[in-house]
Amino acid sequence: MRIWYYGDDVNTDMLFPGKYTYTCSKPEEIRPHLLEDLDPEFANSVQAGDIIIAGRNFGCGSSREQPVVGLKAVGIQAVIAKSFARIFYRAAINQGLLLIEAPEAVDYYQPGMAVELNADLGRVRIGTQEFLFPKPPPEILGIVEAGGLLEYTRRKLRERVGRK
Amino acid sequence: MGMTFAEKILARKAGKSEVRAGEIVFCKPDRLLMHDNAAAITDKIAKELNEFGVANPDQVVIVLDHTVPAVDEKTAAGHKKIREFVQKYGIRHFYDIGTGVCHQVMVEKGLVLPGMLAVGSDSHTCSYGAVNAFATGIDRTEAAALLLTGETWFKVPQSIRIQLRKRLSELVTAKDLVLTIIGQIGADGADYCSVEFWGDISYLTIDDRFTIANMGVEMGAKIAVFPADEIVKGFLTGIGVERSDWQEVWADPDAQYRQELVFELDRIVPMVAAPHKVDNVKPVNEFKDVEVQQCLLGTCTNGRASDFALAAQIIGRRRVAPGTRLLLLPASRSELEKALDAGDIQTLIEAGGVLLPPGCGPCLGAHQGVLAPGERCVSTANRNFKGRMGCREAEIYLASPATVAASALTGKITDPREVM
Repeated sequence: MRIWYYGDDVNTDMLFPGKYTYTCSKPEEIRPHLLEDLDPEFANSVQAGDIIIAGRNFGCGSSREQPVVGLKAVGIQAVIAKSFARIFYRAAINQGLLLIEAPEAVDYYQPGMAVELNADLGRVRIGTQEFLFPKPPPEILGIVEAGGLLEYTRRKLRERVGRK
Repeated sequence: MGMTFAEKILARKAGKSEVRAGEIVFCKPDRLLMHDNAAAITDKIAKELNEFGVANPDQVVIVLDHTVPAVDEKTAAGHKKIREFVQKYGIRHFYDIGTGVCHQVMVEKGLVLPGMLAVGSDSHTCSYGAVNAFATGIDRTEAAALLLTGETWFKVPQSIRIQLRKRLSELVTAKDLVLTIIGQIGADGADYCSVEFWGDISYLTIDDRFTIANMGVEMGAKIAVFPADEIVKGFLTGIGVERSDWQEVWADPDAQYRQELVFELDRIVPMVAAPHKVDNVKPVNEFKDVEVQQCLLGTCTNGRASDFALAAQIIGRRRVAPGTRLLLLPASRSELEKALDAGDIQTLIEAGGVLLPPGCGPCLGAHQGVLAPGERCVSTANRNFKGRMGCREAEIYLASPATVAASALTGKITDPREVM
């Protein structure tokens, strides 16, 4: 597992440039351009289970969801940041990508430290130190547990018309 | 205890007498906006659309604006798919290429009114706070779910109240004011919050308020909103909206705010946001030796007839500096027509300006006015992120239409008060 460590205000153009917004929608189209203008190494060497640690306001900018779809598709375990921009936060819930707001944990982290995440317990261990983070409210967990908003919506619609 | 604007409107829409910041409510938005991304949105739910249809076709607004006219075969196919969707599901509120940027179209066609709840799959949906709407951006997946169900969840935001005092000086604009505010509170200063403006707002036109609300998202805000005062009422009457069609909402005097701020408008000076962050804001005179190869006047932030009028007044009969390109990007056909009638587009074209079709054009870097490595652009748009205009080795400076016009004359970032 690798930790990708970035600063404040990582915006959606850095995560996935706007010029591709209308030509790339599928995970395999998104992947080569992920973080292209921020860290060209990312797309080449990211692996399932990796974690991103970043500063404040991660995901600020556009409503384009390709950054979230892309990070989920390459298997990013979680993004741990001091704070997230709101549309990005919503998009992550909708795709079932785990975002953890833990400013103290980010402040404590130094490159090279081991990171161990236990999302069910709301706990992240960085080096020898343990940090707790609040679990999302039940309305939101329902979406995440269904595997994202579209699956959640499909279930709801099918229940409404009385079939599975 | 009183409620904020956000608490009141979400309570009303959720059918509750009271809600508080932090609570989660389910609502049916009055409007769901999509643009060129409607093709990708409907693709996600092709099967379900066949089975269940669109929950509320009248809720849906589609405006083609981001890659117009089509950039390549792929975007052309996307537009075609959207036109077919509109036909098949009877979407009445559809505006094809050339009508304008979705946000401007929403407001000028009266599709969003005071007291409404609007969501859109574009981050600058917050613009409609200018006409007292609760309006905010969502992603494509949420738009897809909304097409099928007509409803979604909202977390009631905390609120920040910003009092505006006195009025702006000549050649200082609403853009300078909003850049000042973002510079002070930061790109995340209003994260997840509702920002309510009040005070001496009668000095601010609808266009001014649109510019300010549009950039609410650049301080992290969920919404940025003004009350429905006489200016808003006058604007709505002007576009033919009946008074009985809407019901404004405003905060109670004893509502609870996370933060209260005051800005003295007579102290604001022309400001510039330097690369690559919108909150990297300093007075224009700190950039006076910065040469620019491209000046972009327009977009949904500052592409209205009033912006072209101000630019034309500054440029007059002079010409754009050699080595500098001036791009004119009207926010809508209607604003373009107004600027043509006033003679301002003619003035700017005679000065060397290049007219682009109403739409988003160079703002997102997909086409029209993409920058080359090492180039700099001073722009009236709302973002200066690295790579935003299609090239990561270029620089974008954000400024008012007056500053962009003055900079076009000199080829360097210029205080408009120095060239009048």
